[in-house]
Amino acid sequence: MPILTKDEAQALLKKVLSYSKAEQCEVNIYGGDSGNIRYARNSVSTSGNISQSTLIVSSAFGKKLGTATINEFDDASLQKVVKRSEELAQLAPENPEFVPFLEPQKYAEPITFVQATASITPKQRTDAVAQSLQVSKDNKQVAAGFFEDNKAFSAMMNSKGLFAYNTATNVNFSVTVRTADGKGSGYATRGYNDFTKLDTKAATEIATQKSMKSAAAKAIEPGKYTVILEPAAAAVLLERILFDLDARQADEGRSSFSKAGGKTRLGEKLMDERVTIYSDPLNPELPTSTWNGDGRPHEKTTWIEKGVVKNFSYSRYWAQKKNVKAIPSPNSFIMEGGTKSLQDLIAGTKKGILVTRLWYIRDVDPQTLLLTGLTRDGTFYIENGKIQYPIKNFRFNESPIIMLNNLEELGAVERTVSVESNNNYLIPPMKIRDFTFTSLSDAI
Amino acid sequence: MKRRDFVQLAGLGIGGMLLPFSTLGNPVPVEAMLDSPLDTSQKKQLADVALNTAKAAGATYADIRIGRYLNQFITTRENKVQNLVNTESFGAGIRVIANGTWGFAATNLVTADGIRKATQQAVAIAKANSKFQKEPVRLAPVKGHGEVTWKTPIQKNAFEVPVSEKTDLLLKANAAALQNGASFVNSNLFQINEQKYFASTEGSYIDQDIHRIWPTFTVSAIDRASGKFKTRDALSAPMGMGYEYMIPKAEDKVKGIAGTMLYRNSYDIVEDAAIAAKQAKEMITTAKSVEPGKYDLVLEPNHLGLTIHESVGHPLELDRILGYEANYAGTSFASLEKLKSGNFKYGSNLVNIFADKQQPGSLGAVGYDDEGVKSRRWDLIKDGIFVNVQAIRDQVHMLGQNESHGCCYSQSWSDVQFQRMPNVSLAPGKDPYSPEQMIKDVEKGIYIAGRGSFSIDQQRYNFQFGGTVFYEIKNGQIAGMLNDVAYQSNTQEFWNSCAKICDEKDYRLFGSFFDGKGQPSQVSAVSHGSATTRFNGVNVINTGRTI
Repeated sequence: MPILTKDEAQALLKKVLSYSKAEQCEVNIYGGDSGNIRYARNSVSTSGNISQSTLIVSSAFGKKLGTATINEFDDASLQKVVKRSEELAQLAPENPEFVPFLEPQKYAEPITFVQATASITPKQRTDAVAQSLQVSKDNKQVAAGFFEDNKAFSAMMNSKGLFAYNTATNVNFSVTVRTADGKGSGYATRGYNDFTKLDTKAATEIATQKSMKSAAAKAIEPGKYTVILEPAAAAVLLERILFDLDARQADEGRSSFSKAGGKTRLGEKLMDERVTIYSDPLNPELPTSTWNGDGRPHEKTTWIEKGVVKNFSYSRYWAQKKNVKAIPSPNSFIMEGGTKSLQDLIAGTKKGILVTRLWYIRDVDPQTLLLTGLTRDGTFYIENGKIQYPIKNFRFNESPIIMLNNLEELGAVERTVSVESNNNYLIPPMKIRDFTFTSLSDAI
Repeated sequence: MKRRDFVQLAGLGIGGMLLPFSTLGNPVPVEAMLDSPLDTSQKKQLADVALNTAKAAGATYADIRIGRYLNQFITTRENKVQNLVNTESFGAGIRVIANGTWGFAATNLVTADGIRKATQQAVAIAKANSKFQKEPVRLAPVKGHGEVTWKTPIQKNAFEVPVSEKTDLLLKANAAALQNGASFVNSNLFQINEQKYFASTEGSYIDQDIHRIWPTFTVSAIDRASGKFKTRDALSAPMGMGYEYMIPKAEDKVKGIAGTMLYRNSYDIVEDAAIAAKQAKEMITTAKSVEPGKYDLVLEPNHLGLTIHESVGHPLELDRILGYEANYAGTSFASLEKLKSGNFKYGSNLVNIFADKQQPGSLGAVGYDDEGVKSRRWDLIKDGIFVNVQAIRDQVHMLGQNESHGCCYSQSWSDVQFQRMPNVSLAPGKDPYSPEQMIKDVEKGIYIAGRGSFSIDQQRYNFQFGGTVFYEIKNGQIAGMLNDVAYQSNTQEFWNSCAKICDEKDYRLFGSFFDGKGQPSQVSAVSHGSATTRFNGVNVINTGRTI
């Protein structure tokens, strides 16, 4: 099925609802097209296209809910899926946490769809990859990378009259360039809604420079160091804070935002006062959907303001129980920064370590949000404002909450991609003191 | 990682997703799961459409996988069933070689016309990509198997067990945890059935029916006054079994340390949940914070399996060694030079590690892999020496070998198959030796059971592992529970510190149900067998912090 227009989606969902005999019914549909090219050893290894659409029908009788799904859209199939969801609801146990479907909501007009991305041709995809490969070949380096573009639509409607619709595009690109002898490695990643902003050649040039400059790395002792985290390195740590902002977990005493006496850290200053993190679905550099899967509007929300925890996200059930606004968890976030470039941050550093990328991030202790992982693909020693030499990779054990207390300086915000979650964020490069490296790694 | 997809489906937070390409398929009601959409003869006819179309379009090789992938995922907390998700995905993936280059296309239109079009698309993609190709694809020979079938030897199909029986069991486990002091408990049951039909231009028509199951829970104990909380996960293993794994048998129980019970080929979720609650309570009351330093580690199989997975399984994947995974998972310290040297000391003389795609009850057990190669067993590390890796048809020639190891896999019909880790296991010790004897022989050590936090670098040198429960060993005796334990080591150093392995009576399987690899990422499931093993002088750090 192609991408449905708003009118087409509305007509289809209305038809589905007309078949419903349940006390309440809610219908979601999503679908789209995705294309990708993967390459390694300076040659394309795989490529693919995926096109899928799915319709999900939820029917409720009292607190009993049933859900069924189909990917055929003729009338008989639509009638069948509605009937199945009703049968399942009748068989389901009562869920005491069931909350009736939402009344109609007002949503801002989303800005997530860019035609240039939606109309990418196979040739444009191949050309983007060819430009990347050319850079690595010209420099006698070995590249491995991944290019992926998506165009998608989603819509929902329920028996209370709620209707929501969104279209979105995005393109993600990442490349790892290694020296032919495997002694150096560099990385770059880019993500945009708008394909025309993507310059695979420029990104590969950065990865290539890092690869060549990172060869013959020296070992220095693990310990506490001042670090400059590039946005891609900071992203994989900061997103863990946002994943942990769930109100119920905090209220139940089992998150890093819980505290002694059965209370939470909402309203408490936990980080440096220069730390402000918010989400905004209408930010032109990082637009996201203006509604979530259960129909709640996504609005501009401040999560951390000047180091103070301002908001938690809620399920509708937990918000109702606590009698507060049911703020949904965000699709992305933006951290405020300064005006300095990465180069300025390096120039202002007496002794420190530049970190390009962090890898294999895992929770060590959820109580303190202690994480472990390693540096990768270009780690450099800085002295007297200059990169002096490449250093061997380190394992770290650090909590992003503690880390944001040790903030020295923020650079200018840029859009980056988390290699862990694939999410896109707007994050500044940041200088952090006393970042804890616990051991050396021989990995390149 | 794809566990998040399950969670997302379970929460039905789907409508607003911007990139809704779930690889898990579509939720369907349970009764629809038991009907098979096509019989074998229909699949053979459709397969022949793909193979003939590919040859007519100029392909020198083609294979087709017609797959029906069923999942059921039940999620509960305390006394509530939070969700029940059924998904089904049905379609066909066609892979071809044209102009010496791979091409792949997939379709959910499983008709002669749909398959013909997808096959033509796969050939067109192969031809388009051939301009980037440096060397033509070389496939190791494989004999055609004709029409054959294989089925996981299950006793009870989990998809035929009434949902109420499964939810009742999970709620009973939750109740046992709450009665024994848990503050909260979340439990899940994952069930997977892959119905896969493979055909290739080599003359194979292979019909397989694969089953996997994983019950698991997390028990939380919370001290509201101090704000401290700790969790204890289930000590179950995901298995390549049917619902019989959920029916506890006395002969499958292995008494562990300090009241812990460990499980072999069946699992007592209610018993384990009760023990878990007591242990979680102990963690927030009397357990000591570990003193960092060097310890002799006694690692039981449900813990050691993950260490084997990360420090032996992944580094010995040939595609990784060659650089095909460089942009995501990374490369490997275990180079072909080290392999060819014939004397690279991966571990101590006691270390014998083998790959095995046939091991009964394991997650990786199949009759044939996803490119029609019969499954087998082979050695990876022999008496401590690195002797082989894991390779599939298009790469095994780079080793100078001419037979694929049969470890090609795709998570669904819509993803292209590639090299995935087979079951990789540590052989038990030859002499009779029990975990109790092992503990008696340790002066200063830590006993670790169950999986915990795990992280390893992109070439698989430096790793850090936590666990589920930790007990201090002092002068041959268990001296109480420990908190905040993680060990850091280097792969070669660690395996060379292997000092003793318990005998086959203690051998059992651990499993990884959602192992991620590739871009776009695909999951696979794999088991790792071992007996309790001792490693001397490993560096232990303390992970306790305060905010």
